[in-house]
Parts: sequence; structure tokens; C-alpha cells
Amino acid sequence: MSVLIKEKDDANCVAPNLTKKKESGLELLKYLILGVLFGIVFVKAEIISWFRIQEMFRLQSFHMYGVIGSAIVTGIISIQLIKRFGIRSMHGEAIHIPKKEFRKGQIIGGLTFGLGWALTGACPGPLFAQIGSGFTVIIVTLLSAIAGTWVYGRFADKLPN
Amino acid sequence: MNWITQPWPWYVAGPLIGLTVPALLILGNKTFGISSSLRHICAACMPAKIPFFQYNWKKESWNLLFVMGVLIGGFIATNFLANPDAIVISEVTQADLAALGIIDYTHLMPSDIFSWENLFTAKGLLFFVIGGFLVGFGTRYAGGCTSGHAIMGISALQWPSLVATMAFMLGGFLMTHVFLEPLMKIVGF
Repeated sequence: MSVLIKEKDDANCVAPNLTKKKESGLELLKYLILGVLFGIVFVKAEIISWFRIQEMFRLQSFHMYGVIGSAIVTGIISIQLIKRFGIRSMHGEAIHIPKKEFRKGQIIGGLTFGLGWALTGACPGPLFAQIGSGFTVIIVTLLSAIAGTWVYGRFADKLPN
Repeated sequence: MNWITQPWPWYVAGPLIGLTVPALLILGNKTFGISSSLRHICAACMPAKIPFFQYNWKKESWNLLFVMGVLIGGFIATNFLANPDAIVISEVTQADLAALGIIDYTHLMPSDIFSWENLFTAKGLLFFVIGGFLVGFGTRYAGGCTSGHAIMGISALQWPSLVATMAFMLGGFLMTHVFLEPLMKIVGF
């Protein structure tokens, strides 16, 4: 039997599930609904567009910088409010955000992702929205991204980190 | 109801995306990050005894439902809320892209590149296979993507995420300004 990695010990898991309460079935539907809303915003703000990503990297439009910048500002304010007022999760748990440790991978992997971002016009989120929007050939891009993740996992211990 | 079909401006979309951060935290103590879904798919479908994929992915199935939702959201927005007009892109960008052979603005994605006809061609190899691989490999190596690092990480004032975001941008600038044109020439644009 394989040994399970404890999420808190796993530097590579950036979006760990820290809730202690076990959620199942219908309770998980709220994440699906949140995803649907998110996907609609992606398409309506044209974030999934390869053209918009080209505009961004060519510094020829403010649109994408405005989207990402105002998303970050909203996020910062929200987290500060959660901390200041000790807001708890719906299940009454204290909200916990894991600390990210610096690794070389954030630079090397980050550059690698950036190269791919400009080619595909998509980060992982928009890949799913592009497929939903009817650009079905992006299924190939998604499969290749899954393969890339797998290859990283296979050689993770041999890469500089 | 006109505003629904028109493209939404950045000052509407950005804050809505930012609100995903507190929404996930409050709904279930979840940290926002989308590229993790790719890892969960590997862990679920082909773990191959690799230590990196030996963890309780079922506990992370919320993340898979979230990306499934993103796909459905894309479908709804495109089929029921779509902008009837062609996408409006900066004229300077249009001129730059025309020089590379990209001229069709009827959809959000250029049909000159992203079509099934290009799948088994050098164009498909570059934009789908190599592009997708770089996205999947790079985001996992970096430990996150635009959502996990740029939005969630910086929102929580974590400096490693700022470093990662700067690396994302640098990689994108390098591809766009240095490699894209020669690569597109090689694959037949």
C-alpha cells in the first residue's frame, strides 16, 4: 500500500482542502455552482480569448491587467476583512490559509508556464471554459496539460527545487 | 438586458473573480487554485505508484467539480449570453497578428490556429500539444497558476506567489516577443 502524503506537508499542493468536516454528495454541488458562475465571467470578460492574452503580453490593452489587478485587490481586501473580524467558514471552522514556501520551481516552472500561456492563450481555468465554449479541439491541449503535470510528478524528485 | 450580452468590462469581471477567494474560504475552508485539478486527474486516473500522485484525491473532488462547473459556465455563456458581435481587439494587436497570419476575429479564439483541421499538423503540435504540455508541466512545477499564485497567493500577501507571477509574465513576454514569430514561421503560418 502506498503512503498518503499529508496535505500540510506537501509543498506542491497549493490548493489543499483544509476543512475538517467531511463533505459529500449534494454538499459538493456548491463548488460546481461557483465554478459555473466563474466560467460565465471568464467568457463574458473574454479572459478565455487567445486574442486578449496576446494584447496583454504585447502591452497593447489594459483589459487583462485590469481584470487580474482588480481581482487581486478584491482578494486582499476580502482576506484582510476575514482576518480582522475573525470570520469563520460556513461550518464554523477557523479559516486557515497555508503559507507558501519559496522554491526554485516557482521561477523555473513559472517561466515554463508563461511560455505555454502565450501559446495556448490559456491558464488551466480558461482551458476548461474554452472547451465548454465549443472550442472542442482544446480537449487535446487539456490532455497534453494533464500529461505535462504527470511528467512533472514523475520526475519531481530529480528536478531542481 | 443589453449588458449581459455585451462583453463585461474589467472592473466588473476582476472583482467578481477576486470574490471567488473569500467565497471558497467561507464555503468550506478551501484555497483557490485551478491547476491542482490537473494533478487530481493524474492521481485519480494514472497514479502509476508515483509518490507525487499518492494522496487522497477524493478529498479534493470539490476542485474537480469546480472545474467541471467552469466548463459548464463556458457553455452557458457562449450559448445563451454571447456577444453577437466580433471581438474588439486593440488595432495595434490586430496589425501585429495580421503579420503573423491571424485574421479571423469572429470567435474568441482564432480559427486560424484553434481548429480540428490543424490537429495533426505542425500548427497543432505547437499550439495544442507543446503549448498544453508547457502549461501543465510549468504550473505544477511552479506549484500553481494564475489563480493559485497570482490571485490567491498575492491576495494572502505571500511573496513566493509574487515571484511566481513575475515568472509567468516573463515567460509570456519571452514567448510573445522572441519565440512566437519564428515558431509560427516554422509551423507554416
